[in-house]
Amino acid sequence: MTAAPGHAPKISALSMTQSIGKMMPLLLVPILVVLGFLSIGSTSSWLTLTVSGLAMGMMIFIMASGLTLVFGLMDVINFGHGAFISVGAYVGISALLALEGWTGAPSLVLNVAAVLAAVVAAMCVTGLLGWGFERVIVRPVYGAHLKQILVTVGGLIVIEQLIQVVWGPDEIFLTRPEMLKGAVTFAGAAIEKYRLLAVVFGLALFVAMRLVLKRTKIGLIVRAGVQNGEMVEALGYRLKLVFIGVFVAGSALAGLGGVMWGLYQEVITAGMGEEMMILVFIVVIIGGLGSVEGAFIGALLVGLLQNYVAFLEPKLALISNIALMTAILMWRPQGMMPVVKAK
Amino acid sequence: MSDPILELSGVHTDIAQYHILQGVDLVVPRGGVTMLLGRNGVGKTTTLRTIIGHWQAKSGSLRFNGTHITAMPTPARARLGIGFVPEDMGIFSDLTVEENMVLAAASGPLEQARLEWIFSAFPPLRTFWKSEAGNLSGGQKQMLSIARVMAEERQLYLIDEPTKGLAPAIVSTMAGALRDLKTRGASILLVEQNFAVAKALGDTAAVMDDGRIVWAGTMAELAGDAALQERLMGLSMEAH
Ligand SMILES: Nc1ncnc2c1ncn2[C@@H]1O[C@H](COP(=O)(O)OP(=O)(O)O)[C@@H](O)[C@H]1O
Ligand SMILES: [Mg+2]
Repeated sequence: MTAAPGHAPKISALSMTQSIGKMMPLLLVPILVVLGFLSIGSTSSWLTLTVSGLAMGMMIFIMASGLTLVFGLMDVINFGHGAFISVGAYVGISALLALEGWTGAPSLVLNVAAVLAAVVAAMCVTGLLGWGFERVIVRPVYGAHLKQILVTVGGLIVIEQLIQVVWGPDEIFLTRPEMLKGAVTFAGAAIEKYRLLAVVFGLALFVAMRLVLKRTKIGLIVRAGVQNGEMVEALGYRLKLVFIGVFVAGSALAGLGGVMWGLYQEVITAGMGEEMMILVFIVVIIGGLGSVEGAFIGALLVGLLQNYVAFLEPKLALISNIALMTAILMWRPQGMMPVVKAK
Repeated sequence: MSDPILELSGVHTDIAQYHILQGVDLVVPRGGVTMLLGRNGVGKTTTLRTIIGHWQAKSGSLRFNGTHITAMPTPARARLGIGFVPEDMGIFSDLTVEENMVLAAASGPLEQARLEWIFSAFPPLRTFWKSEAGNLSGGQKQMLSIARVMAEERQLYLIDEPTKGLAPAIVSTMAGALRDLKTRGASILLVEQNFAVAKALGDTAAVMDDGRIVWAGTMAELAGDAALQERLMGLSMEAH
């Protein structure tokens, strides 16, 4: 009982071209960074913009990661995701304002403790909100895309209005905790501390997420579910429960992204999540629906491009990202790292 | 004969607006291989998908080990001990062979002895253990799909056309593995178009036409009657 000798696959040759194909999107980030350098000219401006772009990319990734998995697992289009970003920002920033004693003190420990407390509060509230949103709004419209768009947009509007009821209609300005203010100078470029922190934090989160997806059974179930949910269920796993877990985690991450984005902009509005959703959707689409790695690379590209173009030709910043999406979809209609669907 | 492991009575299944299964009555005895036969498009795959719960029966009843499973969701049916190998194999292409197998052993870690048994039936799986399943050849993917259902003990195995499109040497590998599974006392409901394989493995047989079971009996009876085959399946399957 052995396989026919002639039947061995040319696995080395195959994986060679395949891995180059898979690596291609990874190369786009350094290529864009180099192109940025060439067109900006000044090293210090380029360095500042690159760090800003990476920081922005990390935050967009954090907001997008849950959305891409939610789509991949259950084919659910959730326009309400932006509401979690706004709510997260409001809850987190309220916590920070309440902890003024800690944020105002020139102590790194107290400052970080305050930010952590704000993040935990934001993630708990948005996670819970996500759980309710899935039950009440998303569950009745499984499998019906048009209805999903309508009801989730409805949910978004309602939550935005509720934010205005609770926190008032005006934007809220804030200042970062003492030790996260200011910049460090490196190679003649002033780089804001907060942006560096956002890059490091976003990277750590991406690595942690990848570890969970690659090394844990629940991660395996999620990855398998994105490819073939039916088969995952036939093996005995309750995919719907897994989906709810992912939805809640994704909502909490959107809340985290909201806090980080609020601290980055130093102002929050009820509509901030909705505004971010344009970039978030671009990232999810160019990454390949359901692909966390794709969303990560897509987010870095979008963040970098946004910052470079805003410097070079401010009016073209948003258009540049739509152009990026068009170009990538012409190259790979399924996105950069499409998930191999079963059917 | 002891009570059957699976019993379908009067099962109707719709796919979208189409009425596909039109009152399926099927008894799968405990132990041994039951062949589900019939021409293309008569509803064999739909029957298996209705048993695992990917399609919901519109009416009729399904009883597994005496339990009514008609309204049960798929994961619950699987956890009762029904294993399923779909016609399209259902491989997780982005996962490695190992990860596919780890997932298949849903109730606990893979047992080493079982794994050795699987490797002896399908040596390429050992070779490509750490490779992405999407990179395997068609035959190897089919091996993996069978290996997954073998990853833990099931009460009933539903296997849909495991030799479809395979080279003859791989067909005999598959048949050998299934025979091995059978000698361990498994209950198997097998859809198979290769009549030689069906004849070699089957104990009992049920033939479908137009969404119904039109004949049921022993495999030997069917295999020995070319006219019956001709009438039931529209072609002399001895040609295979
Ligand atoms: N997803 C589907 N949508 C519509 N019709 C389907 C679908 N799947 C199967 N059918 C139809 O149901 C009938 C039975 O199909 P199937 O159970 O796959 O047959 P078999 O496995 O015996 O070849 C066929 O007429 C087929 O066209
Ligand atoms: Mg079929």
